[in-house]
Amino acid sequence: MREVAVIAFGQTPNRRRELALNEAEMLAPVVAEMLKGVGLSRTDVDFTCSGSSDWIAGYSFSWVTAMDALGAWPPIIESHVEGEAAWALYEAWVKMLVHEELEVALVYGFGRQSMSSPREVMAMMNDPYLETPLWPDTISQAALQARALLDAELCTERDFAEIAARNLRHAESNPLAQLSGQPDPAELLEEPTIASPLRKHDCPPITDGACAILLAAGDRARALCKRPAWIRGLAHRIDVQALGRRDLTRSQSARLAAEAAGAIGGKVDIAELHAPFTPQDWILQRELEIPESTVINPSGGIHQGNPMMGTGLVRFGEVAVRIINGEADRGVAHGTQGPCLQQNIVGVLEGE
Amino acid sequence: MSESQKPVTNISTPVAMHYNYSIGAGMSTFMRAIKEGKLLGVRCPDTGKVYVPPRLTSVETASPMSELVELSDKGVVYTYCIVNIRFYDQVLEIPYAYAYIVLDGADSAIMHLVQECPIEEMRPGMRVQAVWKDSSEWTESMENIQYFKPTGEPDMPIETIMDEIRRKSHA
Amino acid sequence: MELNDQAEALRGEHILQYPYRRATGPILGRFFTEIRDNGRLFGVKTAAGEVLCPPVDADPDSLEDLTVDDLVEVGPAGSVTSWTWLNEPRPGNPLQRPFAWALIKLDGADSSLLHAVDAGSESAMRTGMRVVPQFADERTGGIRDIACFVPEV
Repeated sequence: MREVAVIAFGQTPNRRRELALNEAEMLAPVVAEMLKGVGLSRTDVDFTCSGSSDWIAGYSFSWVTAMDALGAWPPIIESHVEGEAAWALYEAWVKMLVHEELEVALVYGFGRQSMSSPREVMAMMNDPYLETPLWPDTISQAALQARALLDAELCTERDFAEIAARNLRHAESNPLAQLSGQPDPAELLEEPTIASPLRKHDCPPITDGACAILLAAGDRARALCKRPAWIRGLAHRIDVQALGRRDLTRSQSARLAAEAAGAIGGKVDIAELHAPFTPQDWILQRELEIPESTVINPSGGIHQGNPMMGTGLVRFGEVAVRIINGEADRGVAHGTQGPCLQQNIVGVLEGE
Repeated sequence: MSESQKPVTNISTPVAMHYNYSIGAGMSTFMRAIKEGKLLGVRCPDTGKVYVPPRLTSVETASPMSELVELSDKGVVYTYCIVNIRFYDQVLEIPYAYAYIVLDGADSAIMHLVQECPIEEMRPGMRVQAVWKDSSEWTESMENIQYFKPTGEPDMPIETIMDEIRRKSHA
Repeated sequence: MELNDQAEALRGEHILQYPYRRATGPILGRFFTEIRDNGRLFGVKTAAGEVLCPPVDADPDSLEDLTVDDLVEVGPAGSVTSWTWLNEPRPGNPLQRPFAWALIKLDGADSSLLHAVDAGSESAMRTGMRVVPQFADERTGGIRDIACFVPEV
């Protein structure tokens, strides 16, 4: 299999609201800086793929405006995923495996959730006949999953608070983090619930942001990056959409994706889990069989920010940079979309 | 069978999503200027092309742009369409013409209505002039210009204009 | 005036609105017809013998089309298999006072249906509790012909 690696990653600071810039304007400096950092120009990019959502942006073909950030002239080979950019990464990787002439690929994601009501926009991902007409918000749906874990006595609310506290603590060392801190889980539990048993700390922040990754193949990657983060495995699977047909204490698609990517077993120095809600972090740890010794979400995870449609890509970027700079040798990255961990992508990254 | 007793074969599932949309820096600059009756473009430092409305990065080279250029409110029709279908909430009389207009000084087109022109006389290369609302009504909106109308000047050869724009393209 | 010299870009309110009328197909069509006209709930029986409510169009294992002959009556009562209490209802929700979202396994079904439970208070909710549907005064065809579920008395 052709060797493909992540050689660079960039993102905007995660903020609650981007007041001045639109999507292309947020993305442009990220892409420019990232290319400059490896000594490439935009014309060195052989393939471009992005992930974003028209529903978040509020208009159709919203991803086209982001082209301004790339200078798509002469015409470029480009594709788009209407969804999480981690799946755009998958597309770029697959294309590079198949097409030898593609040596460098640019993947990016972005979203400005602050402009709409994310709790409602996400209901567009539910069954349009049976669920969306009731407008079940994302927090309520995740709460149903949390309740299932409590009922099965697999978790306590304290476990959820400790996951939040761990993310926030890790985010303290991340200058781009939106949220961070050293809260006492017991104090977090005193907060009121939003949709029981979930409290504010169990939920993702609303974030406007953009992120980008550069992929390169084989010797080209070695020439551009001292220590490329090689993609050893990458796979995605999807569960049935309807919440009432799944065991919500599990995410079978996450497990299957992890198995297919070769993420289970072996050394896992770091893991970045895209768990929008803390109970989902617990589920993913179990499905991916994350070892006790693994540092989970060194970036701060979801609490560092949720630039939705880019959040999963950020997980891959955060694992990659820590391999590139030598902090870690092997890591697992995960991305998700759909209600209650419906669809999952898992990758294994490793440095030489 | 009464109407309500016909079996269900389809269901109504309306959607209404509210947005407080932020237009970004480039468009904000344009809109703030049009409130003062000015049409602004921005020049690409690599090609010299002037884009309207302004953007922060060049369409072709991705270079940051900052040189604002004030454009004329006169220009030339590049291409157009004649609309014969009424849509919901429409106030315009059909048929009407909608055109891509290259303002004097610009290398990209804006879209607007063309009126005070018999439909059969619409053509590429036709010189047009903006017809503004009374300045007391100006807001941050393209609607400060009601429409463009023919000036009566001789047509400009549109191919020549496009060749010039293409010549500036970065390759 | 300079490009990008303002701390905040201009904003505009807009509503993205679509009327959407969706064809149901025969199975969901019958499902919604029975709710609208008779206040009865149906699930679909798969080849493996499972009853799915809400029903699906294709067998989950063989992917063969299921038909209206595969529909079996379920409920009307059911058990809550999971729930959450929402203190602040959101726009468009079935109820505009605090309520519970719940997954409800109707009697005779092997899967659960998502809907609202008008329980009055969080303390009235627990997994396993029995609920019954309350139908809307005006039924037009759709999942909202069930206004909500209420605790069974």
